[in-house]
Amino acid sequence: MIARAMVLLAQVTTPPTLAPPPGLKMPAVQEARLSNGLRLVVVPMHEVPLVQVVLSVAGGGRDDGPLAGLATFTAGMLDKGAGSRDANTIAEDVAYLGATLFAGADWNGINVALRVPKRSMGPALDLMADVALRPAFTAAEVKRQRDLRLANLVQQRDNPGAVAGLHYSALVFPANHPYHRPLGGDSASTAALDSSTVRRFYQRSFRPDRATVVVTGDITLPEAREEIGRRFGAWPVSGSVAANGSSPAVQPSSRPTTIFLVDKPAAAQSVVRMGHRGVQRSSVDYYAVQVMNTLLGGSFSSRLNSNLRETKGYTYGARSSFDFQPLPGPFTALADVRTDVTDSSLVEFLKELRRIRDSAVDPVELERTKQYLALRVPGSFETTGQVAGQVGTLLTFGLPFTWFDDYVRRIMAVTAEDVRRVARQYVHPDSLTIVVVGDVQKIRPGIEHLGLGPIEVRKP
Amino acid sequence: MKPFRVTLALSLAAVAPLPAQSPAPIRVPYTIDTLPNGLTLIVHEDHSVPVVTAYTWFHVGSADEEPGRTGFAHLFEHLMFMGSQHAPYPQFDRLLEAAGASNNGSTNNDRTNYYEQGPVSALPLMLWLDADRMGWLLPTMDSAKVDLQRDVVKNERRQGVENQPYGLVEDILPGMLYPPGHPYSWTVIGSMKDLSAASLEDVKNFFRKYYAPNNAVIVVAGDVKAAEVKALVWKYFADIPRGPAITRPAVQPVTLARDTVHVAEDRVQVPRLHYSWHTPKLGTADDAALDLVAYILTGARTSRLTRKLVYELQIATDTDAFQASKRLASDFSVTATARPGHALPELQRVIDAELARLAEEGPSARELDQAKNTTEAQFLSLLESTNRKANQINSYYYQSGNPDGFQADLDRYRAVTADDIRRVVRSYLLAPKAVLSVVPLGKPELAVRGRVTP
Repeated sequence: MIARAMVLLAQVTTPPTLAPPPGLKMPAVQEARLSNGLRLVVVPMHEVPLVQVVLSVAGGGRDDGPLAGLATFTAGMLDKGAGSRDANTIAEDVAYLGATLFAGADWNGINVALRVPKRSMGPALDLMADVALRPAFTAAEVKRQRDLRLANLVQQRDNPGAVAGLHYSALVFPANHPYHRPLGGDSASTAALDSSTVRRFYQRSFRPDRATVVVTGDITLPEAREEIGRRFGAWPVSGSVAANGSSPAVQPSSRPTTIFLVDKPAAAQSVVRMGHRGVQRSSVDYYAVQVMNTLLGGSFSSRLNSNLRETKGYTYGARSSFDFQPLPGPFTALADVRTDVTDSSLVEFLKELRRIRDSAVDPVELERTKQYLALRVPGSFETTGQVAGQVGTLLTFGLPFTWFDDYVRRIMAVTAEDVRRVARQYVHPDSLTIVVVGDVQKIRPGIEHLGLGPIEVRKP
Repeated sequence: MKPFRVTLALSLAAVAPLPAQSPAPIRVPYTIDTLPNGLTLIVHEDHSVPVVTAYTWFHVGSADEEPGRTGFAHLFEHLMFMGSQHAPYPQFDRLLEAAGASNNGSTNNDRTNYYEQGPVSALPLMLWLDADRMGWLLPTMDSAKVDLQRDVVKNERRQGVENQPYGLVEDILPGMLYPPGHPYSWTVIGSMKDLSAASLEDVKNFFRKYYAPNNAVIVVAGDVKAAEVKALVWKYFADIPRGPAITRPAVQPVTLARDTVHVAEDRVQVPRLHYSWHTPKLGTADDAALDLVAYILTGARTSRLTRKLVYELQIATDTDAFQASKRLASDFSVTATARPGHALPELQRVIDAELARLAEEGPSARELDQAKNTTEAQFLSLLESTNRKANQINSYYYQSGNPDGFQADLDRYRAVTADDIRRVVRSYLLAPKAVLSVVPLGKPELAVRGRVTP
């Protein structure tokens, strides 16, 4: 039996040679502008009878001012009563139409996203227009949602990942920076919310000349212009434009590496977040930074994951990212690690953050990373949601729709020297903010022993 | 196919009735072949974007684990990425990344699945790597790999269970619902003790028994030609020998004679209540009805429990109902988290009253339409992604032998009536259940008391 098996087992022993990758077949992006200044972008995709419509109004969390969480709260209030419908009628109608309607905010804007089967698009757009243009913001609903958010904020404190994230943002960004405070608000800012504050914020933000509508799916440009124009064309340009959030200096903190411990007694793991301020999206180094980070901690085979998960077995996954925003968002390396190897994990993180600066990258590793970034692009344009997301990102950052045409070439042009240069410029192992949420009594002695920098224990 | 009739006359809402047209039936064309070694290949061509997914299901899950080896099917899944004879570690991930492809795997009670997805040019590599680990995994397998992934899986467990608020529920509920020895009485992630006990010998035996081609189905979906895929699969997989036929002992249906009540303390600030019942298995008519019940209870902001607990009474922050459909038997759960200052018996009274009311009155026509229309839209979303289609084709094939089960599945939901909803709530959700309270440390007074159903 064994001999026969061996004869039979004629596996092809080397990996197949692959044909050239398919060219980028970018969907056609079409555009129109309504007379009130509203910009309309349409990407027809006719495979499935679904339509996705995303209205984005510039501003969002960066315009929160002193009330952290105001933009996300205002967004969440849009569908809690609008036009002739109360909060419950809106939810019932959305469900009846087989639609999903989501209103949220990020650091750049407020988004109202509708996803609906083509056959119920008309009534769903009527509803969306009510929500976006005629929200009620009744005092009773504002109070109801405010109380719910306060209760959720209490619950959030039990989640060590969420706790680590809040401390991390508050420590990496100075108090006058919009990213210092949570996008979702805190209990003090939430308690101060009322309907007039919300209405004022809405009136300053929601203007057609600050807005775009992206439509993807089973629709044509003329059809979209007609459907969107009928409902959003009479939206008047009015109100005063909110001042954009302040833009403090973008220099990374010069604070030497400091460790901030947050106690979670009996924690099975330590939640580790480390980094500093990063790069803005408009940087000329965008491509090189993407390659560098993918190699460092942006893919399964990256150095951080290979080291902390696949070699040491300290974690289920380690990674790093640059949060590209109009203002530099954070560079963050992170993992949840076993309590008794918290100190050893910090050593390995630091080792990788130094290595990428100090030694030249291996050419095979570099080539693999570039190809991974370049060749996976077609897979980011499969669904109406993905396409709307990609188009929305280009719009947010003022990039041309032809941006992807050049993407592969720009990624493939990144050299080993570029990677090392941007690592030295944007990764700073000597001025890290390190947040660890874990069992302080157990992890502190080992971390102290490392001598990485001062240790401060923060209240949860 | 049953026509999808919208009840216009009863609708008093602000929104106009939907056009009463019957949408075109969903068709997902495919070819199917079985190699002499028993490997099944299903190809679905979708030329909209130049991408491909290769999705392999092995018909083995945590339900097949031996006593004392809980969590083993999932640990084994991790080992499938640790290299094979001609693609030694870490080639699997590195070669795929260099080809622009990503990959992952997952394990549940009933099956283990693996996919690669990326540009269509990467397909030969995907299939070659899958063939090498199906045919030639053991030559490079050793204790060091098992030890390493054992550590990784234990970390996965810490991250998802021990260090997660309310995570201990996952450990406790299966044992409350199923008797010892039942294949669903333990968790997919397994216990730390059993993970520690897994050996290299276990890995070899499990592989030989369950990872043979006759226990696997590959679905390739994307911008491909079926004949070319078939040629590649023959080239790479045909020489892998067939494994033993798998027989599984019949599993007797389980019912609870009375409510089982348990209180657990966790490092949380507010208590959470879990109800769980035995329900009919995946793919049955009542399984679909219970999916719609879950929607009617908590699927939207205005669903019955959400509206009462979160919106009107404001005694909970969240509530969720879910029919966990599985191959041997399903379970239905209702979860609700109290707001600060509220105890679980308050929530319990509302949940019990709403279930009784739904069993008595049934849903309104419009409520049922909302649940069905939302379900139908979810089917459309599923069709947008080759990855999701490939996984679903595999699921349908395992359930019924029909890879293109989409329309039949949708019809299952369309056929549900208001009387069905009343009947399944009465039959399954007024029956004895598992009642689990998770309360803050030292606060057992916030829990639901043992109110034992005779």
